[in-house]
Amino acid sequence: MGELRLMKGNEAIAEAAIRAGCDGYFGYPITPQSEVMEYLMAEKPHERTGMVVLQAESEVASINMLYGGAGTGKKVMTSSSSPGISLMQEGISYMAGAELPAVVVNVVRGGPGLGTIQPSQADYFQAVKGGGHGDYKMIVYAPASVQEMSDHVKLAFDKAFQYRTPVMILSDGAIGQMMEKVELFDPIPRRTDEEVIAACPWASTGRPKTRNHNIITSLDLDPAGQEKVNLKLQEKYRMMEQNEVMYEEIMTGDAEYLFVAFGLSARICQKATDIARAKGIKVGLFRPITLFPFPTVQIAATGSRVKGILVVEMNAGQMIEDVRLSLGCKVKIEHFGRFGGIIPSPDEVVKALEQKIIGG
Amino acid sequence: MIMEELFAKPDIRKPENIVYRKSDLMVDRPLSYCPGCGHGTVHRMLMEVIEEMDIAEQTIGVSPVGCSVLAYDFLNIDMLGAAHGRAPALATAIKRLWPHRFVFTYQGDGDLAAIGTAETIHACNRGENITIIFINNGIYGMTGGQMAPTTLPGMRSSTSPYGRDVELMGHPIKMTELIAHLPGVNFVTRQSVHTPVNARRTKKAIRKAFDIQKAKQGLSFIEVVSNCNSGWKMTPVQSNKWMEENMFPFYPLGDIKVDGKLVEKKENE
Amino acid sequence: MTEEIIIAGFGGQGVLSMGKILAYSGVMQNKEVSWMPSYGPEMRGGTANVTVIISDERISSPILNSFDTAIILNQQSMDKFEKTVKPGGLLIYDPNGITRFPERKDINIYSIEAADEAGKRGLSKIFNMIVLGGFLKLKPLVAPEFIHKGLEKSLPARHHKLIPENEKAIELGKEILKPIQVLN
Repeated sequence: MGELRLMKGNEAIAEAAIRAGCDGYFGYPITPQSEVMEYLMAEKPHERTGMVVLQAESEVASINMLYGGAGTGKKVMTSSSSPGISLMQEGISYMAGAELPAVVVNVVRGGPGLGTIQPSQADYFQAVKGGGHGDYKMIVYAPASVQEMSDHVKLAFDKAFQYRTPVMILSDGAIGQMMEKVELFDPIPRRTDEEVIAACPWASTGRPKTRNHNIITSLDLDPAGQEKVNLKLQEKYRMMEQNEVMYEEIMTGDAEYLFVAFGLSARICQKATDIARAKGIKVGLFRPITLFPFPTVQIAATGSRVKGILVVEMNAGQMIEDVRLSLGCKVKIEHFGRFGGIIPSPDEVVKALEQKIIGG
Repeated sequence: MIMEELFAKPDIRKPENIVYRKSDLMVDRPLSYCPGCGHGTVHRMLMEVIEEMDIAEQTIGVSPVGCSVLAYDFLNIDMLGAAHGRAPALATAIKRLWPHRFVFTYQGDGDLAAIGTAETIHACNRGENITIIFINNGIYGMTGGQMAPTTLPGMRSSTSPYGRDVELMGHPIKMTELIAHLPGVNFVTRQSVHTPVNARRTKKAIRKAFDIQKAKQGLSFIEVVSNCNSGWKMTPVQSNKWMEENMFPFYPLGDIKVDGKLVEKKENE
Repeated sequence: MTEEIIIAGFGGQGVLSMGKILAYSGVMQNKEVSWMPSYGPEMRGGTANVTVIISDERISSPILNSFDTAIILNQQSMDKFEKTVKPGGLLIYDPNGITRFPERKDINIYSIEAADEAGKRGLSKIFNMIVLGGFLKLKPLVAPEFIHKGLEKSLPARHHKLIPENEKAIELGKEILKPIQVLN
């Protein structure tokens, strides 16, 4: 068993980065995720593993530092919250285009604009549909616990390098701020420069006489060439859809109704499931863990066995579109959401199920 | 028959006859720059320095958005193409993650002094141990001759068709003088490449910058005031003359900061 | 076993750290725990509250609207959280600064004059441990040896010399807890 600690979600992200062999973290303070860089600075990872931690002048600089580091084959990560993630979209698009591995953590707060510092899930579309310009996708993980905050960092680095793609962890202010028991994974040593060069022959690490120069870019002025780039990216996204879907089902075996929720909302729905079952309502929970690739096939299979589905999100109705695309018009699907930083209570969720699905 | 005759002649390409050659670090392909433009010369100076220092294996370059966006196609070293203005952010991360590599950015005036001002100033202020090469031709060449942050007062461009009116459009910015005042910056100079003498001075400055980087003594910032005959709507010869008469008085050539100390201006300068 | 607790009072009363010590002690005993604070501007000078859940099973929602136990340390929190205690549940309050005493008839109510006692004994910095002691007397969720480990983990090393004093405060809390209303 790994080391047990009581940690905030934000701290777990930071500790997991060090243990995952991250080479560089670049970030800019923003509530509710500033503990990530605070923890890293306090831990002196440059002494523990040689990891670089730098407070940049902006989120724009942070994401472009990631682009630079990723382009040289290093394991790099940043974290921010919604307004800061908006500023990073250009850089994420460039990294998707240049096929660079990196991990971006969004500890979501309520928007739009400066919004609020309280938790929200209103950045689902931005994360899942490609928040920047151009046709691209990222693998998006939605942790629902502090344990998953830690586990998903390790997973995100693995997948980022496997597919040469930016990967996002879409969390929220509550999971970032709350403390839970975490079983930490054993540290993975940082790669040496020689290992980076061997593992990433595409990276711009300095050209030895034995090869031509490497160029990291997302530019191809020839439309035929750029179409090829796009086709290659799309092929990669289809591979992710085939191989990377993650989800969890709770008490769906005999369920007549279904909650579909991710992240914190799924935790609340799990409690709502207990409350509803105590009242005799047979409801289950389907929790997508990857938001892209979305568990379309799996939701369709479980969802088509029930009488109605309530999609619960801390937004005005975003993931519900993907649930509806998965199931078509076969089942009644409604949305319940609180937004602007309000977290729905389990009782509210049960009431919404009764009113919108069972009684409605 | 003619070909045979040609090959029958003695080959004069002998080492003792070579007075000039292209650096092996320049890719064997035609440059995409307009004839008369200074970019090609700066590329050559840069590659010659890297070749002479024998550090191609240890050098990582960052190209900008602008006319030199495709610099990576011409320089046979490992390169990254940055988003517009962000080259110093890339270079910061690269240098910190690869402290033993030589890292440079190559940027134009729009890239470095407009959209990338924050990244430029903060990389300089942190004293990142990198080299920034700043080509200032007072215009946006790539997009077709729009006003740049360094366009001179009264100078015409497609977005200042009646000349830059500083009341309406603001003043040109002297980034190099600004940068020189930051404590993390070791070496700041302004050069040109429009004559062989000036080109040699530029090369010397680049060499000095790489030596400073090797000695881990902080950031070097080299501005090269250059022409843009296409954007300025002149012949190359006219544009060099115009540059001497108009650009140099506003952007005077010479060292501004050496060994971390501001160079004192001489009388009557 | 699952115990759902809300601890609420003023910022600076040690509400969050009491919750953290309790939660960390739970971790040391290998229980599932969650610690969910109110955060943001609320934290700065105003009210502070934290939801702590300790369970033998995987914890579902870290955010709740009813609790097995409410530990209430100011009037605003009394107004907000008295009504959230589950029927048959427990409310512990410090009467210091309370102007309207709890009125519920369907819950167990205890008072603990921790602020007063801490003031008298010069223990105001570990007032929160006295309150924690009162709670642990009624709900011994975590064994004393794990509380000790929880203190070790929660407090920075430079404060480890204060652990015995903290433990004494916990014992004191157990002594001064007073029943106000106990259901059969």
